[in-house]
Amino acid sequence: MSIEAIINIALFVFLGLTAFAILKLRALFAVVMLSAVFSLVSAALLVHLDAVDVAFTEAAVGAGISTVLMLATLALTSRHEKAPTRSQALPLIVVFLTGFALVYGTLDMPRFGDPQAPIQVHVAPKYIADTQSEIGIPNIVTAVLASYRGFDTLGEVTVIFTAGIGVLLLLAAFIREPEGLRVQTMDHHLVLRVVTKVLIGPILLFALYVQFHADYGPGGGFQAGIIFASAFIIYALVFGLENARKAVPGRAVRLLVACGVLLYGGVGFVSFLFGKNYLNYSVLGADQVAGQHLGILLVEFGVGLTVAAVMVSTFYAFAGQNPPIGDEDW
Amino acid sequence: MSALVTDAVSWALLASGSLLVVVGALGLIRMPDFYTRMHAAGITDTLGADLILLGLMVQAGFSLVTVKLLLIAAFLFFTSPTSTHAIANAALTAGLKPRVAERSSAGKGSAAPEGGEP
Amino acid sequence: MFTATMAALLAAMILALGRLYLGPTLYDRVLSANSFGTKTVLLIGVMGFLTGRPDFLDISLLYALINFIGTIAVLKFFRYRTLGDRVGPSGDRQ
Repeated sequence: MSIEAIINIALFVFLGLTAFAILKLRALFAVVMLSAVFSLVSAALLVHLDAVDVAFTEAAVGAGISTVLMLATLALTSRHEKAPTRSQALPLIVVFLTGFALVYGTLDMPRFGDPQAPIQVHVAPKYIADTQSEIGIPNIVTAVLASYRGFDTLGEVTVIFTAGIGVLLLLAAFIREPEGLRVQTMDHHLVLRVVTKVLIGPILLFALYVQFHADYGPGGGFQAGIIFASAFIIYALVFGLENARKAVPGRAVRLLVACGVLLYGGVGFVSFLFGKNYLNYSVLGADQVAGQHLGILLVEFGVGLTVAAVMVSTFYAFAGQNPPIGDEDW
Repeated sequence: MSALVTDAVSWALLASGSLLVVVGALGLIRMPDFYTRMHAAGITDTLGADLILLGLMVQAGFSLVTVKLLLIAAFLFFTSPTSTHAIANAALTAGLKPRVAERSSAGKGSAAPEGGEP
Repeated sequence: MFTATMAALLAAMILALGRLYLGPTLYDRVLSANSFGTKTVLLIGVMGFLTGRPDFLDISLLYALINFIGTIAVLKFFRYRTLGDRVGPSGDRQ
């Protein structure tokens, strides 16, 4: 058995073990940590399958931001999952039947990895053959994401925008201005403060690198937005939410949430003004390749802006709530 | 000749790094108390990881890959001890006491471990 | 040589997972999750060399960052029960 197969099997076994542990443990805090580990193993699996951009996003979102936000939620609820009171036989049967129906529905589709499947024979070779001449960037994933399937990505960024404002609408009612003195909670942790201060700059630089390097390597707006947001989140964690709010005010963040989507839609609209279809980047530059480069740059930047702003504002919304449960109930 | 030297050096670095990582993980399972486990995991993670990354760097030669590996190694070098310090600090201020053996007059005493909440 | 390193890393990851499941106190769990994260960084790096495509190191770098941020978030959360600021009656520190 080759080492590749061994790695594959080992990673899947880890996934299974982690999933089993998540189901069995009742301490919600441990479950949050295990979910982070689950996302991490999924990211490793995706790297193994050569899907690098997806692995990047999975590592950033699933293992990073989700953990922080779930912890912020956990502060507002109880520590242990309640044991189930009713029998679980009926839900189990329903799940099995649904799963069976889904699997049955996929029997018509081409087999996994079939080299004769239509997508391998028609769609993928076209992208691989045409990307260099039509768009001129080495990273085909970015070309497909931002240019060939640009509408889809516009939809995705709008979904993120909608989710962000949904969360803000729901939670805005619960963010109370505190009556007492706001104290910063970590000012006697000198080591942490110094190391964080030193690291925030490189993290932001890395975010910019990932943002603009999408043409040549794994990266893009989604990942870069997350990394941007995590720099501000760690600043908020170590130096206090109040200081973070002074550095990046809530109003500015909410403005940026909309600006990203506006930028993306605006690029498409500018194509209209030149007389072409919506989101046709070829008209933005002197020739087709230059236009595509500029178009991809702008829309990826729009995506990154929206994602970063949504994550930061969601963190502000979650962390800004005063926990209703006192220490004794923990 | 140079390829042989490169391979030998990176073999040595990778082997020692992997050994430290495995020993650290074994210590994580076997050690009796939280603070001892922290020694095992925290110390060997930093050094083992940096040795493995150094071995990979030697293998890669002078290229962009080496620069990236250097960045990762530098990053781990700074943040891994900081995380360990933060975990230890948090545990100590929360009241998790290290397990010490009490010496009674009858010889080897019993240890009194105290645990925090999971 | 990468195969041997990979095998060692996988073994170490299983052991760290064991402690994550067992750990009686939560600090054991935080420690083993942090350790697992570092080992994943190494795993992705070695995987890149094993398959002859070391361009995936961006993901390793990202995960090293996220691991640190996650650990700090977890610790702050468990120490102060909140990720924001602690509000006290005027003048007193918590």
